[in-house]
Amino acid sequence: MVSLNQLVAVCLLYVAGLFAVAFLAERAAMRGQARWLLRSPLVYTLSLSIYCTAWTFYGAVGYAARSGLEYVTIYLGPSLVMIGWWWVLRRLVRVGRSQRVTSVADLISARYGKSNTLAFVVTCMAVVGVTPYIALQLQSVVLSLAIFATPDAALSGQASGPFNSAKAAFWVAAGLAVFTVLFGTRNLNVNERHPGVVIAVAVEAVVKLIALLAVGAFVVWGLAGGVAETLERIDASAIGTWEVAGGRWVTLTLLAAVAFLCLPRMFQVMVVENDDERHLQTASWAFPLYLMLMSLFVVPIAVVGLNLLPEGSNPDLFVLSLPLSQGQNGLAMLAFLGGFSSATSMVIVATLALSTMVSNHIVMPIWLARGRESATQSGDVRHVVILSRRLSILLIMTLGYAYYRISGGGALAAIGTISFGGVAQFLPAMMGGLFWRGATRTGALCGLGVGFALWVFTMLLPSFGVDAALSAQTFEQGLLGLGWLRPQALFGITGLDPTVHAVVWSLTLNAGVFVAVSLFTFPSPIERLQGAQFVNVLDHADPGRGWAASAAGTEDLMIMAQRILGAEEARRFFLSEARAQGQQGGLPEPTPRFVQGLERELAAAVGAATAHAMVGQIVGGASVSVQDLLAVADESAQMLEYSSQLEAKSREISQTAAQLRRANEKLTQLSAQKDAFLSQISHELRTPMTSIRSFSEILRDARGMKAADKSRYASIIHGETIRLTRLLDDLLDLSVLENGQVTLNLREGRLGDVLDQALTTSLAGAARPLDVARDPQAEGILLHTDLDRLAQVFINLISNAQKYCTAENPRLDISVRVVAGEVQIDFIDNGSGIPADEREVIFEKFFRIKGVEGEGAGLGLSICREIMHRLGGNITYMAHGTGAGFRVSVPTDQQPQEGADSLARSAAS
Amino acid sequence: MTKHVILVEDEMNIAEAIRFLLSQDGWRVETLANGATAAQIIRKAAPQLVILDVMLPGKSGFEILHELREDPDLQDLPVLMLTARGQARDREMAEMAGVSKFMTKPFSNTEMLDAVRALSAG
Repeated sequence: MVSLNQLVAVCLLYVAGLFAVAFLAERAAMRGQARWLLRSPLVYTLSLSIYCTAWTFYGAVGYAARSGLEYVTIYLGPSLVMIGWWWVLRRLVRVGRSQRVTSVADLISARYGKSNTLAFVVTCMAVVGVTPYIALQLQSVVLSLAIFATPDAALSGQASGPFNSAKAAFWVAAGLAVFTVLFGTRNLNVNERHPGVVIAVAVEAVVKLIALLAVGAFVVWGLAGGVAETLERIDASAIGTWEVAGGRWVTLTLLAAVAFLCLPRMFQVMVVENDDERHLQTASWAFPLYLMLMSLFVVPIAVVGLNLLPEGSNPDLFVLSLPLSQGQNGLAMLAFLGGFSSATSMVIVATLALSTMVSNHIVMPIWLARGRESATQSGDVRHVVILSRRLSILLIMTLGYAYYRISGGGALAAIGTISFGGVAQFLPAMMGGLFWRGATRTGALCGLGVGFALWVFTMLLPSFGVDAALSAQTFEQGLLGLGWLRPQALFGITGLDPTVHAVVWSLTLNAGVFVAVSLFTFPSPIERLQGAQFVNVLDHADPGRGWAASAAGTEDLMIMAQRILGAEEARRFFLSEARAQGQQGGLPEPTPRFVQGLERELAAAVGAATAHAMVGQIVGGASVSVQDLLAVADESAQMLEYSSQLEAKSREISQTAAQLRRANEKLTQLSAQKDAFLSQISHELRTPMTSIRSFSEILRDARGMKAADKSRYASIIHGETIRLTRLLDDLLDLSVLENGQVTLNLREGRLGDVLDQALTTSLAGAARPLDVARDPQAEGILLHTDLDRLAQVFINLISNAQKYCTAENPRLDISVRVVAGEVQIDFIDNGSGIPADEREVIFEKFFRIKGVEGEGAGLGLSICREIMHRLGGNITYMAHGTGAGFRVSVPTDQQPQEGADSLARSAAS
Repeated sequence: MTKHVILVEDEMNIAEAIRFLLSQDGWRVETLANGATAAQIIRKAAPQLVILDVMLPGKSGFEILHELREDPDLQDLPVLMLTARGQARDREMAEMAGVSKFMTKPFSNTEMLDAVRALSAG
């Protein structure tokens, strides 16, 4: 017989071991070590085994002993959920990670517009639903301890005698509270994940599995005498003949599945503590396997227990009492540790999950509302959050302990089912939120309220027994005497199993009200936004392993750095940093120095603020996925692209502006030229008209004027009208030439003939003689051009020489040469020539040499230049000796317009 | 004493018409065809009236007027200006330079005589 003291010592040793494991895991996680273990799918799967509490460890056998195979439903439900992980769990985990959800309450609140009211309601419901469950675990530990203390009493299920069960329960609760506080509120600054707790839970999962398998093996091979004999005993027992009620089976399986999804502690390990979405894939087969192993020996133990143990023994404790009754103290000890493990792991995680909810959704809002001004300092808030979390843990544990003391405990399985029914009320709001965008906050609140009320009325209150919470009258005649409000026959529907009745009614009405109210209410903008994010969560790319981001997120930093700096650059930087830290290869430790350096590197690429935020998110420990960072990077890239587009556009615009400026300058210039031109024309017209008007008035008004004067004045008038006419002719000619509207009359003729004609015209009636020297032989060349226009040019040049040559005996040399496809005709006089500073502008309109009297308007040379351009030739001033020299070039091989063939003919002839 | 007018005009026909008109009105008309030396000659000759064309070889009518008005003795010398360009800007410039009377070509003989009489009387 094991003494109680020995047992307590073993327990303490075991707990100390758990402390050590949790501590080591926590430290390793902080340093980023042992990731293969801490973040392995195996640990994840084992952590899910907190589903198997003392209820399953001890209670399943009791359940089987009382109700036959029905106990299988509590394993079947979760197995179905795990196998169908692709549809629901994957979505749940994805949403939980992308929204950084910390609890069930947080999830529902986040989905429905981050409503704190909803979070508060869900938290309260969870506390009410789960506290009995925690009490149940305390009870199981105390019961099992009591068996060792007073074996006789234990067999009858009565803990009494020298063993003080209340005291034991208190110390167990206190110990669990200390453990939870130590490992549950250790690293608040990080996310809501607790590697130490998870690893301890995983260890306990192994212990309880081994313990149950060991007891089972002992029962089958040690007591029953083999597999065949065991099967015979089962067939012979009442269990084998138990009827299976279809409706109850389906309902209980459903209930277990729903509870598996909705239980706060399951959400904690499944979603919050999840490191990698792919772990679900492993757990989808490994966890059902674990459950199968856990359930393997339930029936044999129940059957053999019923056979061997005295009538009236508590079947909930067969796992323990069977080995004890056979004197197998070691095995009993192992079984005790298994049950102890089941209870403690559940209590720890459940308390953790509940305390997170209580702290986040009840304590913190109240604290923030009270002392708003002190909340501005972040360090202060963190301190408060830790304190609030610890107080919440103590509160939950106290509630559990108090419930245990008050209730005195019923059958383990019954309490479990009731608890399941309570948390199952979260399902409509949760699933509706994940799959239906139309779900609203009001709908969720109403659904939860109705479901919870029904659960309390039909399941929780009746469980205390007739005349305990509800009077017998209420049971028989309904609430307030209304027949349709009977807790086990709502709306007059009778004949249903109470559990089925309660679950079906509460869940159905819950879901119905949720859907109906959602349909008739409108979601707020933030609800719509969150709804879209929840429902479409799978549309985003697989976030992969990016979740990470504990204090030791070097890998994540590397991934981010690669995305931003480029793979090679990032690798170089990390390598050099690792070497600087004295490491041979591998990743550097995320020391503050290294992180600062990295941030600087990143800042160069994405700017200081963004780099700081990105690094802060990883190192500061906020859960951030690579996807988020990529989104940031994408945004930056888009911004860059956009800004470069803007730059290109602004370049274009400034180019256009420059073009417009140039065009404007040109227009202004042209406008000024036009003004100057009009001013010139005005002057040229008004000047002769002044003489004409004045002299005609003199002639009109004069009396007794000499005949000679009269004739002289009349001839002045005549000369001025001719000048006016010529001016108009020249202007029109110039305008036609400049506009290119001139029609050329191309003919073939001898150059000499054109010169002869020009000389005759320009020298007829000349005031003084001009000696002209020519080169008759060279002038024999044939030209194909507009001969009249060419003659006009010659006349102009000869007239100028005749009028303006300053020599005493004016002489003009006309020489002809054929050079490189053109005929050059030079007109050089023996006068003083044109001053050097004026040679540039002699071809401009209205130009006249200063100080030289002339009757022309100054358009002659402009006209000559225009004509020569039309003819495909040129006219230039020659800085030649002393006199004025002009060179007229006429093309011979290139014709101004059509006429190349006629030139060829002329060359041949 | 005959009234003396200096006419600065490069258009010989216009100069002859004005000379004819004014000499009939009792003026002694001295004609200058170049603007370059006009101001100097006017200062020396001290005529009772100056008639200035704007567009002149050598120096523009505005420049000559400017030079004349810089001389304190010639502040009140009546100056009649003639222009053939017919732009409002010319009139403004002339008035700023201190012109006594501004006329646009072509003018009627009566106009010219009236202007000269008014300027010499005042």
